[in-house]
Amino acid sequence: MTAMRLIAQFIVIAALFAGVAALSDWPTYGQIPKNSGVVMLTFVHGADRKGECRRLTPEEIARLAPNMRRVQDCPRGRRPIYVELDVDGRSVYRADLPPTGIAGDGPSRVYQRFVLPAGKHDVAVRMRDTARADGFDHEGRERVELAADQMFVIDYRPESGSFIFR
Amino acid sequence: MNAIRKVLRIGFELIECPFDRLFGPSLNPLAQLGALGFFFFWVVAVSGIYLFIFFDTGIDRAYQSVEYISRDQWFHAGVMRSFHRYASDLMVVMVVVHLLREFSLDHYRGVRWFSWFTGLPIIWLLYASGITGYWLVWDKLAQFVAIVSSELLDWLPIFGEPIARNFIATGTLTSRFFSLMVFMHVAVPLFLLFIIWVHILRISRPKVNPPRALALMSLGALLAVSIWKPALSQGAADLARVPNDVGLDWLYLPLYPLTKLWGNGAVWAFLGAFSLMIALMPWLPPLRRAKAAQVDLDHCNGCARCAEDCPYEAIKMVGRSDNLPFPTEAEVNPSLCVSCGICVGSCPSSTPFRRSSDLKTGIDLPEYSLRQLRERVMDTAGNLSGPGRVLVLACEHGAAAGRIGDTVVLPCVAMAPPSLIDFILSRDLADGVVVAGCAESACYNRLGIQWTEQRFATERDPYLRARVPRERIATVWASALAVSKAEAKIAEFAARVAAMPPKKLRSPLPVSAPSPLPKTLETERGAT
Repeated sequence: MTAMRLIAQFIVIAALFAGVAALSDWPTYGQIPKNSGVVMLTFVHGADRKGECRRLTPEEIARLAPNMRRVQDCPRGRRPIYVELDVDGRSVYRADLPPTGIAGDGPSRVYQRFVLPAGKHDVAVRMRDTARADGFDHEGRERVELAADQMFVIDYRPESGSFIFR
Repeated sequence: MNAIRKVLRIGFELIECPFDRLFGPSLNPLAQLGALGFFFFWVVAVSGIYLFIFFDTGIDRAYQSVEYISRDQWFHAGVMRSFHRYASDLMVVMVVVHLLREFSLDHYRGVRWFSWFTGLPIIWLLYASGITGYWLVWDKLAQFVAIVSSELLDWLPIFGEPIARNFIATGTLTSRFFSLMVFMHVAVPLFLLFIIWVHILRISRPKVNPPRALALMSLGALLAVSIWKPALSQGAADLARVPNDVGLDWLYLPLYPLTKLWGNGAVWAFLGAFSLMIALMPWLPPLRRAKAAQVDLDHCNGCARCAEDCPYEAIKMVGRSDNLPFPTEAEVNPSLCVSCGICVGSCPSSTPFRRSSDLKTGIDLPEYSLRQLRERVMDTAGNLSGPGRVLVLACEHGAAAGRIGDTVVLPCVAMAPPSLIDFILSRDLADGVVVAGCAESACYNRLGIQWTEQRFATERDPYLRARVPRERIATVWASALAVSKAEAKIAEFAARVAAMPPKKLRSPLPVSAPSPLPKTLETERGAT
C-alpha cells in the first residue's frame, strides 16, 4: 500500500468525519422569531369534587369493613377547570381542563406557550375551579415588559390561591 | 419494495465502487459498518469514563465542570469530549447507513429477520443514550433538549405532574436531577451493549472489530476533527430565557424541530409508524425459502467443516446417532438454514469424481443436490465449443446470474466444492472456469467469496488440488448491477484461455499435496 494511497484514504475518512462534526451543531435552529419572547401559562391544580360529600348513616358505616369505615362518602371525580388568558385585551386562550387520572380524580394541568413580540403587554388570567356557573374564582393581571427571548411564566399556587407572574 | 431496494442498491453501488478502488474490499468502510459501529461504541465508552473523572453533577457545577474540561483542560479532556461527541454522532451514521445498506442487499428477510428486528431497539437506545448525554452539559442546547424531551414525554398519559414544569423557572431544578441523568446516561448505553450482543447472536463470525488499519485511520481522523472543531458548550442554561438559536445536533435531534411544526402527538405517531414498519418489514413480503440442507449420515464423518463454514450458525455438531465409528455428526437447524449450499461445498464427501451411480455427499440441498449440480455442469459443458471453452459457475446474486448457455447458476459460489473445478478441467469439460460471485464487499451470504478464495489458495479445507492449473481459473466478483463489467472480464479471460496451448491434464492424475498458491492464479478484482 503506497503512502499516497494511505493519505488519500485518511483524507476521505477525515472529510466524512468533518461533515459529521459540522452537522453536530450546524445549522442553528431558532424556535421563536427574532425579537420575540414567550409567555407560558402552566399550572397543576385540582378543582373541587363533582358533588358534595354525604354523611353516612350508622347502618351504612356498620356495613363497611372495620378497617375501611369512614364518616363521609365523597364522589371521587373532580370538575374540569375553566381558564382564560387575555393578552392586550385580546383572548388568546380559553379551555376546559379535564382532570387527569383514569377515574378523573387527578389535578387538571395546563402547559401552553404563547410567542409574543418583545415589548410591553397587558396579561390577564382567570380561572374557575368550583361549581359556579358564572364568574371566576381566581384572577390575576400583570403588565409585562417582555424582552427578546425572555420566558415569562404564569403559574398558580394552590396554597395561596393566587396566580404568580415571573 | 423491490423498486426501493433497487434504487438504494444503485445509490450504494455509486459510492461503493470508488470506495472499493481506494480502500480495497477489505478496508472499504461501507463493508465494515457494523464493526465500525462497535468501534465507535468503545470510543464513546472509554472517552465517557475519562470525562466522568472531571464531571460534576451539581446544578451549577455541571456546566462549570464541562467548561473546565473544554477550556482549561482542552488538550486532553477537551479532546476526549470531542471524541465522545463525534464518535456518538458517527455511531448514528453507521447505524442508519448499515440499516439502509442491509435493506438494499435484501439482508433483512428470511432467517435474517432476527438481526433486523433486534436492530430496532438498538436505534431507540442509541438515541436515548445520546439525548440523555446532551442534558448533562446543561448549556443552552441542553435546556432546549430537556424542555422538548419533557414536553414529548408529557404528551404520553403516564406522568401525573408534567416533567416539563421542572424547567420553567430557576429553582425548580435540583442537583439530584443531574445524578439521575448520569445514572441514565450510563445505564442506557449498558443496555444498548446488551442488545447489540443479542443483535449478532445468530450471526456466524460477526465482524465486531474493523480492520486495524481502518480503526487507526478512524482514530486519527477523529483526533484531527477534534482539534479542528472541538466540541464546545453553547452558553450556560438560563431557565428565564428561551433557548433560541441553538446549534442543534441534526444527527441526534432531527425530530425536535418537528415537535413545533407537527406537534408532539404527530411526532409520536411518526416514531410509532416508523418502528412498526421496521419491525414488520421482514414479512412484507416474507422471503421464499428453499428446503433446508439435509445430512446423510452414511456419508458424514463428523469432520465439522460444514459447521465451521456455515455463515448462519445453522449447523452444529452433536453426538453420533448411528453406529459409525465417529464421535460427532452434523445437525442442521432448518429455521436458521437459508440453503446457500456453502456446507455442500465444504464437505469432503462432495466430490463429483465419486463413481457411485447416485452421487451422494455428507450434507446436501434437497432442491439442488450435488448430483444435480454435476449434471448441470456436464449438460452445460456439452454446449461449449470453440478454442476457448469457458464454463461459468455463477452466484444467483451476482452479475453473471442472468447468463445463459455457458453458465451454471448456484445459490452461492461456495456451494461448488473445489473438486468440481478439478472435475471440469481434468475431464476436459471446459478449457477454463470462471467463478462469478457477488461484489467482494457485499457478498449476499457474507462468507461465500472469502471461503472460495481461501479454498482456491489452499488456505481452507477442502483445498483446490495443486494439480489444477490456476491460469485456467478466474474469479469475477461483481454485483448484479455490474453486468457489463463482469461480461468484459469473462470475455477477456475467454480470449486468454483460447490463446493457451491445449491442456495436458487428463483424469485420473496422480494426487499431489497442496502447494502454495502459484502466482498464475488469476483473481479478477475490481469488477464491482
